[in-house]
Amino acid sequence: MSTNFQIALRFLLFKKRAMLMTLSGIIFGVAFFILTQAQTSGFEQFFIRTILGTDGALRVTDRFQKPVDYKTIKMLDEEEALQVETQRKYIEGIDYPNTLKQAVREFPEVKGVAEVLRGQAEIDSRSRTQDGQIFGVNLNEFLSVSTLGSQIIAGSLENFEKSPQGLLIGSTLALRINVKPGDIVTLSCKGKSQRFSISGLFETGVGDIDKVRIIVHLNAARSLLQRPFGANYLQVSIDDPDRAPAIAERMKAVVQHDVSPWQRREKVWLDVFRALRFSSAITVSTIILVSALGMFNTLAMLVIEKTKEIAILRSFGFSKADVTSIFLWLGGVVIVSGTTLGCLTGALLTWGASNIPLRIRGIFSTDHFVVNWDSSHYIAAVITASVVVFIASYFPARRAARIEPGEIIRGTSS
Amino acid sequence: MSNETDIGKDSILSCRKLVRFLGKDENRTHVLRGVDFDAHAGKTHAIVGPSGCGKSSLLYLLGMLDRPDSGEIYIRGTPMARANDNERTSARNEHLGFVFQFHVLLPELTAAENVMMPMRKRDQLGESAMRKRAIELLDAVGLGDKVNRLATHLSGGEQQRVAIARALANEPPVLLADEPTGNLDARNSNIAFDLLSKLSHERSIAVVMVTHNPELASRCDRVLRMLDGEFLK
Repeated sequence: MSTNFQIALRFLLFKKRAMLMTLSGIIFGVAFFILTQAQTSGFEQFFIRTILGTDGALRVTDRFQKPVDYKTIKMLDEEEALQVETQRKYIEGIDYPNTLKQAVREFPEVKGVAEVLRGQAEIDSRSRTQDGQIFGVNLNEFLSVSTLGSQIIAGSLENFEKSPQGLLIGSTLALRINVKPGDIVTLSCKGKSQRFSISGLFETGVGDIDKVRIIVHLNAARSLLQRPFGANYLQVSIDDPDRAPAIAERMKAVVQHDVSPWQRREKVWLDVFRALRFSSAITVSTIILVSALGMFNTLAMLVIEKTKEIAILRSFGFSKADVTSIFLWLGGVVIVSGTTLGCLTGALLTWGASNIPLRIRGIFSTDHFVVNWDSSHYIAAVITASVVVFIASYFPARRAARIEPGEIIRGTSS
Repeated sequence: MSNETDIGKDSILSCRKLVRFLGKDENRTHVLRGVDFDAHAGKTHAIVGPSGCGKSSLLYLLGMLDRPDSGEIYIRGTPMARANDNERTSARNEHLGFVFQFHVLLPELTAAENVMMPMRKRDQLGESAMRKRAIELLDAVGLGDKVNRLATHLSGGEQQRVAIARALANEPPVLLADEPTGNLDARNSNIAFDLLSKLSHERSIAVVMVTHNPELASRCDRVLRMLDGEFLK
């Protein structure tokens, strides 16, 4: 143990109450920083997982006619490019889904592609009629781009697979029209009605989906929606969803269809989560900041109270750098113990929060607090606390180092 | 007094033509007016004079705790007046021991830990060797039974003796004492002075002592009288 560190510990004990208060502030600041980040990013990650599992990372939609060469657009500035984009003529839907699927599968990042035929329909359960959205899919294809398999909460996918006139219905919609697996419902669209048997209920967790979505076999959808050819869009899953925007740009250039990544589709909610995460980080950082101000105060007082001792240390050979290091060690002790205990407390609080029963039904559904265990939260908390505490100890340390031993010991100033 | 060409012949610590002003503007005072001084090994030197004559200022300049406005200070012949802070700090650690009137000890440390502090800074001995030496020094100043006592649990006289032991921790060739008995009663003053005198002769240390006490001064090997920033001939 270095001499300077030993002296720092003695000084720490001299101001133990004030230091303990500062330390507590740092511990709780770090802990709450971690907890709020784990909680806000937990809900964000949960939302992203749900969205990816339901609507996929990419959606290939309307075909466009290219007004200029794609390379030319790349060379234009943002405003000019936007002008060209707005002049572009879009043709709704996909005319040749099989050819397009083949082209999309050529991308090495693509894990699965499924065509989706979508349309509005009325669902009648005899007790109640509701508007719904029909999603016509090839089941095996769709399972490769979604987590539908794990979203079934009643009935089964096997029943659906075996039954050409079977359907899967969102849990909220099922509740509204009061149906369960095995019940018969009528779907009506453009004056045409067909009877379907309910094979299962699914719950994506996203309220807006669960209250309208009805999944039927692609052929049944074609018949009901009277669209024998084409599709509305292709749902695409990729190996790294974070790279979706870049892959979408490349895909768009190749297939001449609009390709929307999940980040663009869910931009509003993602921005809300990001704003929440930042605002909670800023709010909680004030605890650390206030504690550091307390520490600055304590150390500044310590420098005043220990002026004579510092002068004596200087008189028998302690350099200015030694005096600085004594006070920086004080900060170091607070940083190490504060962030270590803060991280442990934060982990404990996060674990506790994850076990709090909390029923949320809205933009997503969950029955308990959702947390995200991410080392970056701990690193961010440690860096924030370390920087603030270092600054709080640096200035008193510098002041202590400037003490001239002769002036202090004699009590005179030259 | 020796002149500048004699530096290093038989003195450990010397100064030549030392000038120092204190204060600013209208409060500026000419404290030292070209002082020459030599401290010799194994001798006790008393600097006496009325308050404000410049004796403490001289002591702090000799101890590298202050800088002169002009003149030179030599430690074993090496000029130090314009040395940088690190060189002066290092010189204090290796060559000089200080005893102050207000015997400032670090209150959070025991007597032994206080004495070990300069040794720790010098970093030449192991922990057990430092402790052994601290106990020896405390024993020499009559505090062998109080080595583990906190500084705050010692009397004024005991604290001053710990300060003397601490000043000797790194076996400095020069010990500078500013009114070392000024804060002690007569009995403790005699104990402290006898101790300094004994250590000076036994360990060949040059003791330079500023004092107001004429009786103690008369018991020193050399007595230098100061008036208005100059030594009286």
